Amino acid sequence: MNDALDVALRLLVVFAVFLVLPLVVGQTEHKVMAHMQGRLGPMYAGGFHGWAQLVADGVKFAQKEDVVPKDADRRVFQLAPAVALLPYLLVLVAIPIGPSEGAVGRVVDAGIFFVLAVMGVGVLGSLMAGWASANKFSLLGGLRTAAQLLAYELPMLLAAASVAMAAGTVSLPGVLNAFEWWWVPWQIVGALVFFVAGLAELQRPPFDMPVADSEIIFGAYTEYTGLRFALFLLAEYAGIVVLCGLTTVLFLGGWHGPWGADGLGWVWTLLKTAVLAFVVIWLRVTYPRLREDQLQKLAWTTLVPLALAQIALTGIVKVAIQ
Amino acid sequence: MTLAATAQQTQGFLSTSGVEITFVLVGLVTLGAALVTVTTRQLVHAALWLVVALGGLAVEYLLLTAEFIAWVQVLIYVGSVVVLLLFGLMLTKAPIGRSPDADSGNRPVALAVALTAAVALVWVVVDAFRTTWIDLDGAVQGSTEVTGAVLFRHWVLPFEALSVLLLAALVGAIVLSRKKEQER
Repeated sequence: MNDALDVALRLLVVFAVFLVLPLVVGQTEHKVMAHMQGRLGPMYAGGFHGWAQLVADGVKFAQKEDVVPKDADRRVFQLAPAVALLPYLLVLVAIPIGPSEGAVGRVVDAGIFFVLAVMGVGVLGSLMAGWASANKFSLLGGLRTAAQLLAYELPMLLAAASVAMAAGTVSLPGVLNAFEWWWVPWQIVGALVFFVAGLAELQRPPFDMPVADSEIIFGAYTEYTGLRFALFLLAEYAGIVVLCGLTTVLFLGGWHGPWGADGLGWVWTLLKTAVLAFVVIWLRVTYPRLREDQLQKLAWTTLVPLALAQIALTGIVKVAIQ
Repeated sequence: MTLAATAQQTQGFLSTSGVEITFVLVGLVTLGAALVTVTTRQLVHAALWLVVALGGLAVEYLLLTAEFIAWVQVLIYVGSVVVLLLFGLMLTKAPIGRSPDADSGNRPVALAVALTAAVALVWVVVDAFRTTWIDLDGAVQGSTEVTGAVLFRHWVLPFEALSVLLLAALVGAIVLSRKKEQER
């Protein structure tokens, strides 16, 4: 096949996934939360169990007036949603869903570094939004976002480094090629740290202090309306997809499954990702919000030491089995 | 260095291929963003232009086939240092619009230091790599594996020295912050 056509096709597929999966997660969240809280949830749009609710929401957002506050820094304010959303699209390109050459958008040599680096950039969007809105609640939200990111970036990196040590490579398909089933118990602490830190980086409950509605309205996104607000929401759900996909690839063996995975590797990847996404939603319904000091304490006094212990364990086992 | 091994003496100092034109263009954007960073009167804009400048540098690393360095550049500088910077700005003083006091009398001195450093660096790099060319069709020279091997085989001592230096800085920071607590 023509090289340029091949690249274009891959990017198109990744883009389609980027548009569809977050919506699926969003719809699942509607339904799962409704069931867990003993209510119906959206039931009318589209007929069958309100499947078109998110489409209707999208239409609603698109119709709203795009308001920029008078005192806001216009350009930064308008640019922020794009900065928040695009990194997740880029990360999705590097996540492999199957063992074959064709099952990943682009093989990146230093894949782990690439995904973590680019994910970190997304938070700049929240900071820009928080500052440029010229609103005290927004600024507070931006501050909390920054503090949270600084605290949780380190344990996330350390946990990922542990897997890289175990696999002897930092390429995502490389990690999966080296994967054995006993890695799951071996790296379980790292997996938990990674997942929790990722949740915190996405500002999902119980780590949603930066957007705590009862205190600071909606944090950095308070002043946003219409499509730009929808883009921030989309970024959150795309973030869930990316985080669950990454945890699957790094810690749960991606396309490897207990019963022969010939040709069905992508099913395993999607299944594990879906289960993790369900857990993310479950946590949102179950846990109360952590206070700011509890948030910081959890990161620095629990997650960082745990991640360091995991690295030590990885090192010892790695030397022992060689 | 491995780079020198693939030097192709036949090529001149500058030839015009697509990669090189891109390199120069990205370089100009980076330079422009850096200039705006130090001249703008809006503090937060300066930090955001710094993101553009650092990102441009990462792209330059990529074009030089140093993939690993490029991602680390994004991870450390854009993802952490700039976030820390913005955090500090928001905590202290980050007005929307111009900051009247965002100027200092050190401008000429800063310009002189910057120019001297730039001249020295450009001179050293040009002198060292004048006709060294990267063979794009051969093995990748900036991959994680190559970088790791070079770093931990040939440059272990500087690496360790740097680690100790950073550790000392870390301990120093802790000591400084502790002292304040006792004085209170």
